[in-house]
Amino acid sequence: MKKTAIFGALTVAGLMAGAAGAATLDDVKARGKLNCGVSTGLAGFSNPDANGNWEGFDVAVCRAVAGAVLGDANAVEFVPTTGKTRFTALASGEIDMLARNTTWTLSRDADLKFTFVGVNYYDGQGFMAPKELGVSSAKELDGATVCIQTGTTTELNLADYFRKNNMSYEPVPIETNAEAQQQYLAGACDVYTTDASGLASTRATFEDPSAHVILPEIISKEPLGPLVRHGDDEWGDIVRWSLNALIAAEEFGITSANVADMAAAAGDSPEINRMLGTEGNLGEMLGLDANWAVNAISAGGNYGEVFEKNIGESTPIGLARGLNAQWTEGGLLYSPPFR
Amino acid sequence: MSNTHADTVLFVRDTMLPQQEPPASTVGALGWAKANLFSGWFNTTLTILSALFILYLLSGLVPWFASPTWYAASLTECREILAGHEGACWGVIRERWLQLMFGFYPSELYWRPVLALVLLFVAVAPVLFADYVPSKLLGFTALYPFIAVWLLWGGTIWAPVMALLGFVVAFFVFRYASKQISPALALIAGVIAALLWWMVITPAITPDLSRLLPIGIEAVQSRQFGGFMLSITIGVTAIMCSLPIGILLALGRQSDLVLVKAICVGFIEFIRGVPLITLLFVASTLLNIFMPPGTNFDIILRVMIMVTLFASAYMAEVIRGGLAALPKGQYEGADSLGLDYWQSQRLIIMPQALKISIPGIVSTFIGVFKDTTLVSIISMFDPLGLSNAIRADTAWNGVYWELFIFIGAVFFIFCFSMSRYSMYLERKLQTGHR
Repeated sequence: MKKTAIFGALTVAGLMAGAAGAATLDDVKARGKLNCGVSTGLAGFSNPDANGNWEGFDVAVCRAVAGAVLGDANAVEFVPTTGKTRFTALASGEIDMLARNTTWTLSRDADLKFTFVGVNYYDGQGFMAPKELGVSSAKELDGATVCIQTGTTTELNLADYFRKNNMSYEPVPIETNAEAQQQYLAGACDVYTTDASGLASTRATFEDPSAHVILPEIISKEPLGPLVRHGDDEWGDIVRWSLNALIAAEEFGITSANVADMAAAAGDSPEINRMLGTEGNLGEMLGLDANWAVNAISAGGNYGEVFEKNIGESTPIGLARGLNAQWTEGGLLYSPPFR
Repeated sequence: MSNTHADTVLFVRDTMLPQQEPPASTVGALGWAKANLFSGWFNTTLTILSALFILYLLSGLVPWFASPTWYAASLTECREILAGHEGACWGVIRERWLQLMFGFYPSELYWRPVLALVLLFVAVAPVLFADYVPSKLLGFTALYPFIAVWLLWGGTIWAPVMALLGFVVAFFVFRYASKQISPALALIAGVIAALLWWMVITPAITPDLSRLLPIGIEAVQSRQFGGFMLSITIGVTAIMCSLPIGILLALGRQSDLVLVKAICVGFIEFIRGVPLITLLFVASTLLNIFMPPGTNFDIILRVMIMVTLFASAYMAEVIRGGLAALPKGQYEGADSLGLDYWQSQRLIIMPQALKISIPGIVSTFIGVFKDTTLVSIISMFDPLGLSNAIRADTAWNGVYWELFIFIGAVFFIFCFSMSRYSMYLERKLQTGHR
């Protein structure tokens, strides 16, 4: 009941804002800055460094869009949002787009009136347990105490999974990831469950990461992606194709190092030429400059570069590509053609 | 008489003995210890047990605090330095303390908030220490809010100057009008004149003024505010504004005018019936929706208004307690002297009521200052919000205690100073009725 009321209010808000501020692209260009909603701090995805510069995987998406639209990857005003303020910030027009590890669900798409423009990280809920517990599969967790963040989809997924497998568990409700780490290390719960990327980054901070295992089962689908408001499809297209440009660039072997050379003159591949603006008028169709994709890619490199720099195996977070590999390498990343 | 006992008493001292030092075991540290710590077997046992307990605590805490990790650049490096021993990782404080203090404020402009803080102490000195500081400084106190806003946010100097002139206009209109019409109407006229000044004249001429006389400093966005600077900005504003508003509300609540009383009671009860977090959510999200898109109503300003309203409602109730504690005779005495309402409030009632309320007022101040950490929930980077953001840096993910201890220590300094000041004030105003 309460939830319906909140969603209802948000819907009205979304409609009003959507109707009133239709031409986001013009607003952004007039402002000279992209207002991009990010998380207030999530390891690897968005965090400010000691000088106040934002970095991370979600931040890179914002920078790519800023590059494509304004030609300057630093023309971004990062608006930190919490799980509670993110949707109103987007609906009210305070931000132009949201890149805050937000799961794409039907109700958020249809009921909250947002458009998810794609997926930049395929996540899923997993379990972490101390090695000494001796479990090797989530199926062996019958009767376990589980640390779980309240009020998230992970809580519902957990209940579903245990019911489906006819097992029982005892939840230890906690508020934040920081609290969860402390509780888990103090032994308040046998297992900790959250998104697999979060588990990996949490485990990386432990004094002895090898004493903890992440169980192989992934119990939910969590496609995380950037989103925009309903009502401005032109703007949605720009964000969607900026993200696709990063993904396609990796597929075509365009990196931040060679993008300038490849864009200098038309090459052998027609699709690369179209994307980089040396052939055709794709940029014009989006309402952008011809070299929009060049700017998006040189902002932080292609998808693979961004991944490696922020959350890849060389970073402390150490995530493998897994589902987030290109479709040609057995992953799910598949950019529609640039034609 | 002198010979009476000559046969029975063998010796009579006929000079005074010089005074002697008290025994060494009853004076000094030793005497104090004996009297207070070792007086009897029960207290001795307790003392020894407590000493052992304190030693035990220190043996754990001192090595933890005195850990040589000041120059570490990440948590991993801290762990390498400590090599398996328990210890704090102070590198995070070295790297991020400026961020915890100033948030994302441009580092080359740090002098501006620092100067604003120093000037704050100058500005409040004539109010807080009226005995020692010349009251001429009160003029500066009145100017300070405009100076502080200009220093913190920067931009053209004409915005704060025009805001200040609005008050001047209101004052002169009030003075001129009160000679012609009743004071209440004159007050309304003054307010209308000020509003006209701010809403019509200021927007019309400020751009031209700033073009003709471009005096200004680099502007800083509200979003770049953070850390203790944000807490102090919000806290000080709420503290400064809530006292006068609270006094008016408390008086309004006791008023005989039905409308005034209803408004004051309604306001106080509504605000006190709603959690601060709800008000902050209204400020950060709902207001955005109600206002036309594109309006830029500064988020810090919105939060300041909400926190001030919240503090005022509590302040009003604290002061009402002080008013209720005054004997009825004081009111009647004031009336019998022929003072009007405002005179009797200013000269007789308020000085006494406020003195009674000092502990409650300062408690509210301290509470408001600490409540400013709640703004982290609406994604503003107060110190606690920043500690979360710092932990999201892969170098520092997993650092908790060091950040919280640092933040707690800074908050303690501020709150403890306020608390000590209130005790000083109570002693100073003590007139010995008990």
